[in-house]
Amino acid sequence: MSAKTGFKRQKLFSSLLVNGVLAVICLIWIIPALGVFITSFRNSENLFRSGWWTVFPHRMYVETGEIKLDKSVDVNGIISIEGINTTFEELRNGVMLPDGRKLTWYGNKRTRLIKVSELKWQGFETSLTLKNYRDVLTGKEISFKDGSGQEIIRKGNNLGGAFLNSLAVTIPSTIIPILIAAFAAYGFAWLNFPGRKLFFTIVVALLVVPLQIALVPILQDYTRLNLNGTFLAMWMAHTGFGLPLAVYLLFNYISSLPRDLLESAFIDGASNFTIFTSLILPLSIPALASFAIFQFLWVWNDYLVALVFLGDKARVVTYALASIVGEKGQDWHLLTAGAFVSMILPLTVFFALQRYFVRGLLAGSVKG
Amino acid sequence: MQASFAPKERSGGVVGWFVTNIGRILISVFVPFVTFLVLWRGFIFLRDSQAPQLVIVVVAIIWGVGGVALLYLASNWVIEQLPQAWTRRLQPFVFVGPAIAILFWYLAIPTIRTLLLSFQDETSTTFTGIENYVFALTDRVMLEAFRNNLLWMIVGTFFCVSLGLLIAVLADRSRFETIYKAIIFMPMAISFVGAGVIWKFIYTYKGEGTGIAEIGLLNAIVLALGGKSQPWLLIPPWNNLFLIVIMIWLQTGYAMVIISSAIKGIQSELLEAARVDGANEIRIFFSIIIPSIKGTLITVTTTILIFSLKLFDIVRVMTGGNNGTNVIANEFYLQRFTYGHTGRASAIAIILLIAVIPIMVYNLRQFRERKAF
Repeated sequence: MSAKTGFKRQKLFSSLLVNGVLAVICLIWIIPALGVFITSFRNSENLFRSGWWTVFPHRMYVETGEIKLDKSVDVNGIISIEGINTTFEELRNGVMLPDGRKLTWYGNKRTRLIKVSELKWQGFETSLTLKNYRDVLTGKEISFKDGSGQEIIRKGNNLGGAFLNSLAVTIPSTIIPILIAAFAAYGFAWLNFPGRKLFFTIVVALLVVPLQIALVPILQDYTRLNLNGTFLAMWMAHTGFGLPLAVYLLFNYISSLPRDLLESAFIDGASNFTIFTSLILPLSIPALASFAIFQFLWVWNDYLVALVFLGDKARVVTYALASIVGEKGQDWHLLTAGAFVSMILPLTVFFALQRYFVRGLLAGSVKG
Repeated sequence: MQASFAPKERSGGVVGWFVTNIGRILISVFVPFVTFLVLWRGFIFLRDSQAPQLVIVVVAIIWGVGGVALLYLASNWVIEQLPQAWTRRLQPFVFVGPAIAILFWYLAIPTIRTLLLSFQDETSTTFTGIENYVFALTDRVMLEAFRNNLLWMIVGTFFCVSLGLLIAVLADRSRFETIYKAIIFMPMAISFVGAGVIWKFIYTYKGEGTGIAEIGLLNAIVLALGGKSQPWLLIPPWNNLFLIVIMIWLQTGYAMVIISSAIKGIQSELLEAARVDGANEIRIFFSIIIPSIKGTLITVTTTILIFSLKLFDIVRVMTGGNNGTNVIANEFYLQRFTYGHTGRASAIAIILLIAVIPIMVYNLRQFRERKAF
């Protein structure tokens, strides 16, 4: 009996330990993103004045009154007030009274004004707003208040436009390599041609080549062809850099499809093209989806390729966000909202299709 | 469409045969020509158009995706008009050709071109021998970048893999496995730039003075514990570690997912038998789990090592490589795009390539062993 309860208790303890450790790690993982998420909804004046955690109920000093010092008091000497003796310097930094109230000198010596504050519970911050999102999405003029309540006017960052550009770059950069790679994978898997093995060996070798190796020569080509700053240049570049993995993944999948299937289709007189489009492509959807999510996230989140080939001509979200960091690194209301605008689509795709993404990761873990 | 131009040898005489073939040739020329024209017009429209952005974006997507599909359709159609023997001979190249051409243009040939450029001066006009490599391997800036990359590779990879392993093993024993894993995995969907913003906000520093509240979490914690707030990203060499934390946050999920699936692949009989024999969990971990997933651990470690070798975005966005945080990939970018020294940039790229060659060889060997061909 006692052995059994002991065992049970041990099991409960280990389960608590496991879940406790995991919960702590998960909390650490989630807090950075949570902070940015909450901050993006706070109005700019509050956000510069207090940390995002103050939106939760907490105790803080709230002003409850003020004391005007009499003209006769010498501000350079000892000041007697509310039953204690203190000095200007001390008051400037805040003096605690025995009853828990706090005295703070307001402004310079000439104000002769002392503010009294008390530690009180604050509820949830209720002045949350969508203004930051509106401001960061528009390219028009915006105005906001900084921490000292001053009005600042400047041009918006047009993240809305950048979002559209990102779509224009990402959707074709995802579909084109899939199309090209699926054709190639079918060719490698089911067709016979001279150099088949050599070419596929090259595909495998290129899997881990760092893309820095290609940036300089391709930029030369693009300059010669006047392609810099066009969507086409981005599609081609992302197709080129994503193709080895795409061909490799799809080849592994397509070559494992049962051979009889194709042979019977051939006997029925179907051409390679028909077999490919009406038989192989539909059958390969899981593999296509795996790579598609991979490529989508990679292209949407890419910064280097966009920086080199697209630059300022058609800002994508990563580029636009990075330039807000560079130009106005302390505009946290715009940065936090912008960060979430840039994340919303990949996070949605990611959580909706996580299963396929994991499958792609497992199949392609050789990629560098 | 295909039916009307299909071989009609049996019907008609010489004239008929002649007309059919001329027609076929004409059509064969005409179809690619029209395809090309349509694509070209689309390109010009996209380049010069002043239409609203949304219209351009939609046209671009349709043009890009449709254009590629059209190219395949047209070239396959042309090939199928040829005599059967030729169709059979050429069709594989319709399927494989575009992929091979793009791979050669974008990766294979650039490797050789970059190699050549790396032996030339900044404007790529005269050969300077190994001067760029001497710079890349001895210059103070480069040595600092190498040191930092080494730090990224050792510290970053160690924490990614060991945390990933810890979480995978623990989550395997929890009822809430999917929730925990989804949370740890979530940063994988976030761009490095986005992650940069998230962590920059954690490290932000306002400085000393009355009435200033730190809004960065790290400084707030330090203040609450009685310390002094710090400009975290400006203190070498520790700022490197603060940047590495970002990579750990991003990549642990990757390690966890791969390791977790390897753990699930361990035969449960093996674990049961060990438990019946009275082995405790720690013993099971070291004597069964670790040896069973050794291959996976090596793969994950190498992948993250390569990743941290090529790391660029985080450093670029957070510090720009200043205050002793430079890394190789950022120096590559600076050399090419800030200082305009193509030769040095190319030499750095070649060094990155050389670093991954062992993995390339390993992949090739694995591929040959599998005898997929």
